[in-house]
Amino acid sequence: MAETVGNLCRKMHGGEGFDTLTLDLFSRAPSPAPCSYSKPAKRPRVDGAVTMGKDEDRQNPFDFLSEEILFLILDSLESEPLSKKSFSLVCRSFYTAESCHRRELTPLRSGLLPAALARYPSVEKVDLSLCPTVTDTVLFSVGNCLRSSLRSIDLSRSKGFSHAGIESVVENCANLVEMNLSNATDLSDAAAAAIGRARNLERLWLARCKLVTDMGIGCIAVGCQKLKLLCLKWCLGISDLGVALVAVKCKQLRNLNLSFTLVTGAGLEVVLQLPYLEDLALVGCLCIDDGSLLSLKQECKSLQVLNLSNSQPINHAGLSSLLNITVGLRQLNMAYCCMVTHSLTSSFRKLAKLQSVKLDGCEVTTAGLKTIANACVSLTELSLRKCSGVTDDGLSSIVMKNKGLTNLDITCCGNITDLSLANITSSCTSLITLQMESCTLVSKEGFRLIGQHCHLLEHLDLTDNELDDEGLKALSGCHKLSILKIGICFKISDEGLIHIAKNCPKLRELDLYRSAGIKDAGIRAIAHGCPQLQITNLAYCTWITDASLRALSKCSDLNTLEIRGCPQVSSAGVVAIAVGCPKLTKLDIKKCYYVNDGAMLILARFSRNLHQINLSYCSITNVGLLALASVGCLQNMTILHLKGLTPNGLAAALLACGGLTKVKLNSSFKPLIPRPLLEHVEERGCVFQWIDKPFQVELESSEIWTKQLEEMRA
Amino acid sequence: MDSKRMPIFEASSSGGDQSRNLNQNHQVDVSNSIDICFDARSEQSLIKFSSNLDHNSSDQSYQTPQFKMNLDPRAMLNNLDFLEQKIHQIRDIVRSTLNNKGRISTQSNEFAVQQQLINTDLTSIIIQLISTAGTLLPSMKNVLANGGSSVGQIPSIPDSASDLGLVGTSQQKLDLVSEGTELSEYEELIKGLGEWDDEGIKSMPADDNDVKDSGDGVSGENLPPGSYEVLQLEKEEILAPHTHFCTICGKGFKRDANLRMHMRGHGDEYKSPSALSKPQKEASSEPVLLKRYSCPFVGCKRNREHKNFLPLKTILCVKNHYKRSHCDKSYICRKCNNKKFSVMADLKTHEKHCGSDKWLCSCGTTFSRKDKLFGHIALFQGHTPALPMDEIKGQGTSDQGHSCEVTTKMEETNDLFSDNAIGVTNVSDFGNAEDDYGFFSMNIDSFNFGGIDGFQ
Repeated sequence: MAETVGNLCRKMHGGEGFDTLTLDLFSRAPSPAPCSYSKPAKRPRVDGAVTMGKDEDRQNPFDFLSEEILFLILDSLESEPLSKKSFSLVCRSFYTAESCHRRELTPLRSGLLPAALARYPSVEKVDLSLCPTVTDTVLFSVGNCLRSSLRSIDLSRSKGFSHAGIESVVENCANLVEMNLSNATDLSDAAAAAIGRARNLERLWLARCKLVTDMGIGCIAVGCQKLKLLCLKWCLGISDLGVALVAVKCKQLRNLNLSFTLVTGAGLEVVLQLPYLEDLALVGCLCIDDGSLLSLKQECKSLQVLNLSNSQPINHAGLSSLLNITVGLRQLNMAYCCMVTHSLTSSFRKLAKLQSVKLDGCEVTTAGLKTIANACVSLTELSLRKCSGVTDDGLSSIVMKNKGLTNLDITCCGNITDLSLANITSSCTSLITLQMESCTLVSKEGFRLIGQHCHLLEHLDLTDNELDDEGLKALSGCHKLSILKIGICFKISDEGLIHIAKNCPKLRELDLYRSAGIKDAGIRAIAHGCPQLQITNLAYCTWITDASLRALSKCSDLNTLEIRGCPQVSSAGVVAIAVGCPKLTKLDIKKCYYVNDGAMLILARFSRNLHQINLSYCSITNVGLLALASVGCLQNMTILHLKGLTPNGLAAALLACGGLTKVKLNSSFKPLIPRPLLEHVEERGCVFQWIDKPFQVELESSEIWTKQLEEMRA
Repeated sequence: MDSKRMPIFEASSSGGDQSRNLNQNHQVDVSNSIDICFDARSEQSLIKFSSNLDHNSSDQSYQTPQFKMNLDPRAMLNNLDFLEQKIHQIRDIVRSTLNNKGRISTQSNEFAVQQQLINTDLTSIIIQLISTAGTLLPSMKNVLANGGSSVGQIPSIPDSASDLGLVGTSQQKLDLVSEGTELSEYEELIKGLGEWDDEGIKSMPADDNDVKDSGDGVSGENLPPGSYEVLQLEKEEILAPHTHFCTICGKGFKRDANLRMHMRGHGDEYKSPSALSKPQKEASSEPVLLKRYSCPFVGCKRNREHKNFLPLKTILCVKNHYKRSHCDKSYICRKCNNKKFSVMADLKTHEKHCGSDKWLCSCGTTFSRKDKLFGHIALFQGHTPALPMDEIKGQGTSDQGHSCEVTTKMEETNDLFSDNAIGVTNVSDFGNAEDDYGFFSMNIDSFNFGGIDGFQ
């Protein structure tokens, strides 16, 4: 679409400059310097002044593009925020078009919000989750500027506002449909009462609002009767009474999360009478016991998704009773709940529509798994992650019955052998996700079968497996792979990786954590063969040098790079990444001893999207840190054992970096930094973590690490 | 006239006896009814006396229609002023007799005249007092209205034909009721019964010592319809502040015991232990019919015309029910300025616990328990839990506070009114307190004085 519009432009006005302009419009990477049409308010005037009457009749060609066309272009740029930014800098009409087109605003700092709101009048969604502090004043301005256009607001990670701010938003924005107030631990019932005045609210998150009591939730229940989604996770102030009132008043509820609340069987009974309830989460509800579940009689036909994980007091009998009345269940999560036996799983027979079963962390018997196999034939998702007692026999019986399985998680099922893999690959050919971390008994034959049969596989986790180059070569048959995790596979080398690079062009995430056999050649091949790479982990791949990073810098989508403990990497490599990967948001260069201030200067200049960085043990001084502090997005810093760092330098960096939310620091700095400064930074929403780890220069070799790992397992 | 009235008197007094007899099984404090019967008798004797006087005295001009009054406070005030003037006159006359004591013996004729004057004046004062008190008693008012200008018809003795021989017919009527006779006849009978009730029940006690009845009476009693007698008080009777009146000064009391204490001030004969003690019930020989009460409010479930009539058990039940269900709730809690009651006892009960109810609904209802509040909210649309710190209802409470003030003021004036209207000694105070009415009282005074002057 964008291309055709570009052609249209060209036809309308044949002339010089258009190529470069279209390039500016549609290039993936924004040019570091603003294009010639930026600052739309000034530039044309200057031109006019210089060339006088000559340019007067020469209008800006972009003015001929109708708003509709510009909106179409903007629609196609929706997934590219940086390109949209460049778009808005083209000329005045583009700027206004972009302003009117934007529906979603995710500011980094709440201080700039009033100006941003003035620029974007038709914003529907304000996501303030990146702003650590949002004051009532900011919320007043949100309410006053956006009025009825606002439909959604996210305050889940912000602090500093009170019920007054919420009240102003609710009062002014009559069309508010969605509100996320999770983690507002200091919000009280007054705020809940204010929320209760938002009559059109449909989705509300109140996770960890511990001060909200039954009175507050009562106000919400009575006021917001259109609620379809309500999350009350960790709301410890709410009891059965509040939950029951919600169930009585909000009949439209589809999705209810009561995890970690004090709700008991009595409250649950009322909740299950909700006519449209589809999704119910009861994670860690320790007050629901077997007895109360046994008394449940009325069927809840609408329920489709049920999460009962971490509910210790519930046993077979109660669970069976609950499953007997929820006949329409599609997804069931019983992670860390109770032993999966024949008697429990026999109640699955009634659940004809069951598609997804998660039994993470449960003790499983073969008989139980066989009963599941007999009861369910339409499973698409099965998770036996960290289950003890999973055998080839049990697993095979399930996968042979459920040929439509797409997601299978058998992480840490150590008893699984090639036999299971043979059954999985032969019957579940439509597998998309296979997670089998630490299935150490699976051999190359198993991997060969995966590569041979599972052509649709997109997500494969083989961390800590007996994988070798031959296995990788076989796996390269999965052409659609986009996530590949082959960390802690000591036997793999560049040879295997090159096969992957050649055959899996869609790879977006590659995890090579401690796969120490990997060298530059393999990474170079990956960077060349998988240009869509976004996330890569090369931690403790000690052979890696700057050459790998230079190659990876060609992957312009790269946003997360972990090269912890790669001592051969120097500043040059980090600079290459900084220049080549403008989307970089997370960078871990811990124990890259030769990375110094020079890299930081360049990083600060080019990686303006950097959110998180780990600089421990690097050769960085005050200068580098101060340079880094100019990155506005930076939120999370870990700066331990920096030799050149002084208390004053650290203080200056902390002050300069306004968006910080979390900083890990050596506890020796604590008494050296002025107390008021720390308090000031904390007030801005930053949390300090004072670490007291000893300085450890030596990088432990993988042999030592493996030995430690084995000791831990034993 | 007397001969005509005497049987009536007999009838009414025996009616009183009947009611007393009927009551004593169920009524804790029956003695009051007897008291009132006595009252009626003594009134009767007084009236006899006055009527005799009437025949003797030549000039009756001061007993002109101003005595036929309604509950109109102005008229009452005029009467009170008139009384005051009268008392002054008598005082002057008595004083002059004292001064002239020496001469009186010589001029016995003149003394006799003075005595007669005093007697006449006293009589008129008493009559005036009784009639004034009568306006406060609604049943008497009716009689007054019927009675015309004759002094003899002022007292509270019923003379309408419907009241005659009721005792004899009541049983028959009830039989008819139970047999389900024609509706019109039934209604007529009930009507007659009601009128009879008016007189019988007027004398019933409303003692505050009675056990507090939290409900409105018998709901779960399940008496078969014919097994009891249904009585109905009129609205005015239910709402009358006092039920026991001093036969001498007319002062009203809520309790019989208080009246007896009061009576001591009227002479030594009331100080005897027998006079002071609680009157004993008379043992009844014949079996009595149960008494149940009907609310005078038509359409009420407690009204006997209601399809599913639920009778009330006692007079107190009637009073509380009527006030609670059909009267304004004029008592407002001074603590919360929110809760209203029509029965003072309810207010007091509430005020004991007011403030301890911390669970508040947006409608203003408070609950001592959270689950009760949530049950209430779940039941009603639009009600929300109200947070304690919410000051949404500030306006509402201020309004209510104002109305509270008004009503309490009204009450005070009411009290003032009734007390002064009956108590002779306070009349002058009353005049001072109510300056507004001075103009009217002046007019009446001049009118009255003309008559009195003429008489003298």
